[in-house]
Amino acid sequence: MESLFKKIASFSATTILLILSSIFIVLFIYAKPAMMEYGVKFLTDARWGVEVPINQPDTKATTQSTAKADTKAVNDDTVNMDDENDDNVVVNTEDDDDGAVNMDDEGDDVVNTGDDDDEVATTKTIYGGLVPIVGTILSTIIAMILAVPLAMGIAIFLSEIAPDFIAKPVGIAIELLAAIPSIIYGMWGLFYFGPIVSSIFGGGSVSLLVAGFVLAIMIIPFMASLTRDSMNTTPAVLKESAYAMGATKFEVIKDVVFPYAKKGIIGSMILALGRALGETMAVAFVIGGVFTFPKSITDPTVSIPVVLANSFSESNGMSLSVLFYLALILFIISFAVISFAKFYFLRDKK
Amino acid sequence: MRLFINKLVLILSTLAAVIGIGFLFWILITLSIKGISAINLHIFTADLVDNGLRNLLVGQFTLALMAVVIGVPIGMVAGIYLQEYSFGNKYAEFIRNLSDVMMSAPSIVIGTFVYAIIVNPVGHVNGWAGAIALAIMMIPIVVRTTDDMLGLVPTELREAGVAIGAPKYKVIFDIIIRAAKVGIMTGILLAFARIVGETAPLLFTSGNSQYFTMNLNEEFPSLTVAIYNLATMPDQNLVNLAWAGAFLLTVFVLMINLIGRFITKEKKRL
Repeated sequence: MESLFKKIASFSATTILLILSSIFIVLFIYAKPAMMEYGVKFLTDARWGVEVPINQPDTKATTQSTAKADTKAVNDDTVNMDDENDDNVVVNTEDDDDGAVNMDDEGDDVVNTGDDDDEVATTKTIYGGLVPIVGTILSTIIAMILAVPLAMGIAIFLSEIAPDFIAKPVGIAIELLAAIPSIIYGMWGLFYFGPIVSSIFGGGSVSLLVAGFVLAIMIIPFMASLTRDSMNTTPAVLKESAYAMGATKFEVIKDVVFPYAKKGIIGSMILALGRALGETMAVAFVIGGVFTFPKSITDPTVSIPVVLANSFSESNGMSLSVLFYLALILFIISFAVISFAKFYFLRDKK
Repeated sequence: MRLFINKLVLILSTLAAVIGIGFLFWILITLSIKGISAINLHIFTADLVDNGLRNLLVGQFTLALMAVVIGVPIGMVAGIYLQEYSFGNKYAEFIRNLSDVMMSAPSIVIGTFVYAIIVNPVGHVNGWAGAIALAIMMIPIVVRTTDDMLGLVPTELREAGVAIGAPKYKVIFDIIIRAAKVGIMTGILLAFARIVGETAPLLFTSGNSQYFTMNLNEEFPSLTVAIYNLATMPDQNLVNLAWAGAFLLTVFVLMINLIGRFITKEKKRL
């Protein structure tokens, strides 16, 4: 009984590892056709769903093999890929691989594609991930630029300036606001905030700027409460001795509190950044969902989560695989960001 | 000069606080005005096909509850392992960090993952997929809470249990869990509040049904997905319905949070 329970417990703990690695593996398997097709060029290609005629079958064959080499590289980056899965992947891909012809092996492909492609398909649809990737990064940067000073201000206010009877209720209010579902922020942004932003800065009521604003408002409570918590860990003795030396409040905050809580503050910023990167609903309402580069900050564009949310249910075959490719990119980016924050800044000092 | 800079910074940060809080209250106030004006008895008794919210409210609650049923046991037992069986080894520390990272994984990616492993093989969206997606979101939160709360239980209690000859699992279930009960319950309550408002993992896992159903093998009604769909409709009535749903959801989530807070406070006072 005892050893049984111990086994169950350690298995449950391993489940977490299992889930995370199977997210990687499953996304990778589903994304593989798109990776084979577009390779790393996907990351720099701004075209989405554009039909282009296939001109040189030979170049296609070569791009495919280079793409394959590239995927290998990606494969190395991704952790925990076992050979077993790789085998499956190859089979899968060949089924999904765009309508073209005999899938015996690569050598055949290179020889035969020429005439076969001319008969079967004269155009193919190109997908490139650059626009959503840029959209995600830009909206996150705007949100961070807006949110960091405000959240810092709120945290300083709560931990150093406000008397207890104000800091407590306001702190609770901020924490409650961090609990509001993100879809509410998105809806509010669409109906109330978007029109106001567009009347001040020009442009439509859905744009990159509005998305950045709404994201900022959404992550402010989160960032502020985390920052306040790490500021509050500063021992009162340190602050008191600085005051005793005649330091002003600002000097105490700048020279005692910030250096002491630096790691926690930076860590909380990065956690908020990770949250903004992966946020779907707050952005989906207000970013516009258009696959164009924003020429100015008030143009609509699109971000990775929004692409996923909007086009997932209508996709199949290659377009679905492209979406999985995007999901994988998003997952890797946010995984990297969050682990960086965790391992470098927020280490528990137990 | 020093005093001037000091004043300036203090004023600026107070201003920042006022602006930030102002924005946040602005959201709540508009939400309440729009929401309350759209609420009437009809939306509680009719389903979405008849411009009501009944099936959505029940559906969302059911999904979240199923997620609790799936996620809490796994999360709790994993938390127990981390705190009671690991003895601080490297592996447990690794899992602990991994779980924290998983807590902030993008929810939409979890949705795509569940789509790939459940919806695609089955062939259509279904309620179980939605519940599992929510459960995956919930597990790391429960792990963290259980881990933290068990860590607060004094070692003497454990020693006392072992001293009277009880096997370890009995000590854990009858003594340690009991001592940490309130904290764990509060954590689960807050985790529930967090996932009940999630939209992104449900979009293509459970979808949204217009009709009242309790069959988790079918497309399942979800309040948040419905809000997303309704809010962008041209029909003003449907938009108002979305506001009513948004308002009810927010009130529900905030209530649970307040209850959780209240319980923690009570416990501290005792």
